[in-house]
Amino acid sequence: MDMRSPLSRVRGLGSSNDGIHHWWVQRLTGIALVPLVLWFVFYGVALASADLATVKAWVGSHYNPALLILLIVCLFHHGQLGLQVVIEDYVHTESTKVALLILVKLSAVLLGACSAFAVLRLTFGG
Amino acid sequence: MANTNRPLSPHLQVYRPQITSILSITHRITGVALTGGAVLFSYWIMAATYGPEAFARAQAVFGSWFGQLVLWGMVFSLFFHLGNGIRHLGWDIGWGYELDKLRTSGWLTVVFAVAMTVLTLVVAYAAAGG
Repeated sequence: MDMRSPLSRVRGLGSSNDGIHHWWVQRLTGIALVPLVLWFVFYGVALASADLATVKAWVGSHYNPALLILLIVCLFHHGQLGLQVVIEDYVHTESTKVALLILVKLSAVLLGACSAFAVLRLTFGG
Repeated sequence: MANTNRPLSPHLQVYRPQITSILSITHRITGVALTGGAVLFSYWIMAATYGPEAFARAQAVFGSWFGQLVLWGMVFSLFFHLGNGIRHLGWDIGWGYELDKLRTSGWLTVVFAVAMTVLTLVVAYAAAGG
């Protein structure tokens, strides 16, 4: 017996109220991160012991700023989606859970925005 | 929901650890660790905007033995999470649920993560030394 209303079924949102959106965006950012992260590690290995001038030159060259910003967006988005699931799985006190979710999501936006802005400053700033 | 003392699955105390369950929890642990890596990346790229002294300080932190230990932990976590993430994508399209395939893909992920970490180590120290 299906207890769900026809409207609920056609919306296909289930008990999470956002359907497969979380799952789908997690896959999408995960797939995007595969080449982005390999690219960054490939160059990052040399940057780990470099001075500021070398790092600045690399960050600003070619389309690196765009790729770096895409990496930052996907990384922080994917990370906060993952932390959300971990929190939802292990934290069962509703108030603590909601507080942690707010903290994680806002921190991800803050650090992501600041990192992306840092890329722009290193590219265009003095 | 009155009785909260009921035993919870998956009854970790009676299950023998297996490649499937160990890799599953390792995927989660490395994922959480990598969000710490994202924070470190933020610190690194933002330090660069504060000038040569601030950036040299950041590089010194990452260059210390503890910094190196954390960074190499991050590199391993990254390659493990990447490899196992691709394994997850396989499952998403319905591939590899048979036990033998699960074990093979699991061990392949471990080999991939270790091999890529060692390769990165070799390249990094060759680049730093040469």
